[in-house]
Amino acid sequence: MDELIEILKDLHSDVDFNTCTTLIDDKILDSFDIVSIVSEVDDRFDVTIPAKELVPENFNSAKALWELITRLQED
Amino acid sequence: MLFTSLPFVLFVAILVLTYYAFVPHNERWGLLLIASLGFYFFADPRYLIFIFVTALTAFIIADITEDYNAKRKAYLKANKADMDADVKKKYKATTTRVTRLLLALSLIINLGILAYTKYINFFIENINAVRGGEPLSFVNVIIPMGISFYTFQTVSYSIDVARGTCKAQKNFWKFLLFVSFFPQLVQGPISRYEDLSKTLYDPKPFDFRNVSYGFIRILFGYFKKLVIADRLVIGLKTLTESPDEYKGAFVFVVMMFYAAQLYCDFTGGIDITIGIAQMLGITVKENFDLPYFSKNIKEYWNRWHITMGTWFTDYIFFPLSVSSRMLKLSKWSRNHLGNAIGKRVTVYISCFCVWLATGIWHGAAWHFVVWGLMNFVVIMASQELEPLYERFHGRFGLKTKGWYGAFEILRTFLLMSSLKLFDCYRDVGVTFRMFGSMFTTFNAGKLFGGELMNLGLSGGDYLVAGLAIVIVFLISLVKFLKGTDVREWLYDRYPLFVLSCVCLLLAVAVFGAYGAGFDASQFIYNQF
Amino acid sequence: METGAKKFTYKTLVMAVSTVLGVAVTVLALWFLQKLLVPKYQRGVVEGSMIEEYYDSNEPHEVLFLGDCEVYENISTVTLYENYGISSYIRGSAQQLTWQSYYLLEDTLRYETPKVVVFNVLALKYGEPQSESYNRMTLDGMRWSSSKWNAIDASMTDGESMIDYVFPFLRYHSRWDELTRTDFEHVLDKDRVTINGYYMRADVMPEAEFPSPMPLSDYTLPQSAMDYLMRMYELCRENDIELVLIKAPTLYPYWYEQWDAQVRQFSYDYNVPYINYIYLRDIMGLDMSTDTYDAGLHLNIYGAEKFADYIGRYLTNSFELTDYRQIPEVAQQWEDDIVFYDALRDAQLAELQQYGELRSWGANAIES
Repeated sequence: MDELIEILKDLHSDVDFNTCTTLIDDKILDSFDIVSIVSEVDDRFDVTIPAKELVPENFNSAKALWELITRLQED
Repeated sequence: MLFTSLPFVLFVAILVLTYYAFVPHNERWGLLLIASLGFYFFADPRYLIFIFVTALTAFIIADITEDYNAKRKAYLKANKADMDADVKKKYKATTTRVTRLLLALSLIINLGILAYTKYINFFIENINAVRGGEPLSFVNVIIPMGISFYTFQTVSYSIDVARGTCKAQKNFWKFLLFVSFFPQLVQGPISRYEDLSKTLYDPKPFDFRNVSYGFIRILFGYFKKLVIADRLVIGLKTLTESPDEYKGAFVFVVMMFYAAQLYCDFTGGIDITIGIAQMLGITVKENFDLPYFSKNIKEYWNRWHITMGTWFTDYIFFPLSVSSRMLKLSKWSRNHLGNAIGKRVTVYISCFCVWLATGIWHGAAWHFVVWGLMNFVVIMASQELEPLYERFHGRFGLKTKGWYGAFEILRTFLLMSSLKLFDCYRDVGVTFRMFGSMFTTFNAGKLFGGELMNLGLSGGDYLVAGLAIVIVFLISLVKFLKGTDVREWLYDRYPLFVLSCVCLLLAVAVFGAYGAGFDASQFIYNQF
Repeated sequence: METGAKKFTYKTLVMAVSTVLGVAVTVLALWFLQKLLVPKYQRGVVEGSMIEEYYDSNEPHEVLFLGDCEVYENISTVTLYENYGISSYIRGSAQQLTWQSYYLLEDTLRYETPKVVVFNVLALKYGEPQSESYNRMTLDGMRWSSSKWNAIDASMTDGESMIDYVFPFLRYHSRWDELTRTDFEHVLDKDRVTINGYYMRADVMPEAEFPSPMPLSDYTLPQSAMDYLMRMYELCRENDIELVLIKAPTLYPYWYEQWDAQVRQFSYDYNVPYINYIYLRDIMGLDMSTDTYDAGLHLNIYGAEKFADYIGRYLTNSFELTDYRQIPEVAQQWEDDIVFYDALRDAQLAELQQYGELRSWGANAIES
């Protein structure tokens, strides 16, 4: 989780990713950011996030994203 | 049947009355299907064949795919204990290949029809230009109305079902309604099955407020379309048909006219579409969110033709960027080109593809391709310059100043209006030449030499168009600054709401540029 | 609870009332705007007012003239009355096409049955709809009936549509930009522009040389026009009306020998009188140096009085027409028409005296 927050902080240093739950809805993360995240996650967690998981619900908060990663790891 | 023709208005009026008065709630979708097919039939009966083929193939393949996916899931669950990781992986890989093949089949058929009808002659034209010698003859094809829109809707449905993010529709006729729902056939929005199906088959029951909102929205759409857009089109036609006569400052006039014309035509059409749907108790996704108030081009594309933008993001940009090949490329480039550049390579490739596709989607012509790629260039440039801006803003504390926001909005507006010149002159060379002439021979004095009166618009026309634009602008401004929807504000003061409807209707009736003496120009997005 | 219900009904009432009011205001406003925006044809081009004016005329009309400018500018209805006691009406309009004449006859029969219908044959040369503006001038003035519907249906040029005739507003809404004082003054009532369909001009411009007629590839009168002539003939027979075909004495547009022969044949076949007055110009005493106002295209009042006198004698001798000078109620109405006629002539003469040309009538009076 901390490592994930670190990835996110690299993109937007001014956002509190621990509490924010509207990262997509408030347009904090754009499509470029999402692609960067996917590629970082692929690097560091060895988890490939498929295109079908690229939906707002999975990216609105760091927590949701973390849950996605763990779910994919288990699969 | 044009949106702006009286038969269409009567068609909708009769439909809404029948819908609520005579048809029980659970059969209303059936009436809509009949109306939609009828709408298509009266445009050209041959269109029905195309839409039918598209709907039927997508429907059958989606159905098979879903069944297959369900069986596969059940198999995995049943044999969970007996399978080790390797077998499981192998099973998954083979089955995934099957679903992919099914999806590919669906996409090839439907995108194939789109490509063939819309692009075959463009293709032949270019082959002839390159090849020389005996030119290939053009193919005589009909381009079904709204084919780009309904094909994209169908494609998104096929992909979503294959991904398992959306449940397949089991009733073909209901699915056919999703594909052919008439208000959005003409110029979008491109609806997703997940969104539209919620209310399409189970519309909200009659609600006076809803119907009133829809009604005034339709009126406002006609107001934008008929009073402003179709009036300015007359001047635009004169200006762009003989570009060499109208250079310099006139190019700026073209930019402004076209910005207003395109906005009013397109959003007006969408207002009519969403308004009709709302009167029928159906929720259609918004397609615009005050695009001319955007502070940068990326934001602009998040606010303009939203459903098209998200479609390209979801079905081209994302799948492309996160495909295993791209991820490998990303890794490779980061290792070889350094983190800063390497990170960008894949995004840029995907982005390039998206804008190329966007350009081509808009029309079978080079100026659209160039227009799409110019958007790509500008977006990339602003992306690269962003850190620089940030520092600049930080240094002078500009972000907090209101006037700077206004400047950013104006800057984005002018930039986007310049790009639209491609669409306006419909010729890449002419566009560059005209754009250049603004800087070499602007000569603002020419505008006041009476030439503006020779464009086919009278003083009265300018006055009416000007006032109408001010009204549209003020309504948008209220929304932008206060977040207030003027419609809702008016409805809470109901007599005022009625008065607005009366005024809008009379304004459209008298000042609308329709009927003899005006060329009834189709919605710009109709041809896409 | 009670107040809540009360509040609810009050609000509903307000909404209902304002909705109903809104609909009413819209309908009224559209009706008024339509009246305001349609062309008034009160000055300059007055031809558009003629068809409508018929419905205001209260006398019985024993003779009905149908046709284009060759009837409504060439025959003085007042002379017909003064000299022979004939009470007549000219349902003429600019470039009235044969089917329009037919449907105008149908329309007229809803109100009265004349004894004689006189049709000027020039329009037989047209077998196709010609121009929207002439269509409008003839058709807009008709009262609604199946005849009007059919007349429109037969007359529309490419690009015209029925709905624009049903709601003329749709056609004329863009005139908001060119409204004149006349439009505002005549929203609800119009001035009289003819005397029983006769359009008077008192100025003089002698007949000039006309271009020699172009040879045609086909001299057959169009079948569609002849069919409507046939229908006109049948309708007259059914209603015991005598049909008379005439060709007015003016020379231009050219009336070909071959056309004349075809009409003669029709006249022979169906025993319908046909008189070509081109051959009778001298006998009726027409002097084209003084009797035309536009170089010979149309007759002025002097010519129209001579032609009326001549054709009136024929009508009285050939048919049993009432001498309405002997019937006080009708005579009284005609006296009023004569007063209007004389005043109109005097006003035109006064302008001619003052300016040497007409300013309030004709081309000079067209409002821009």
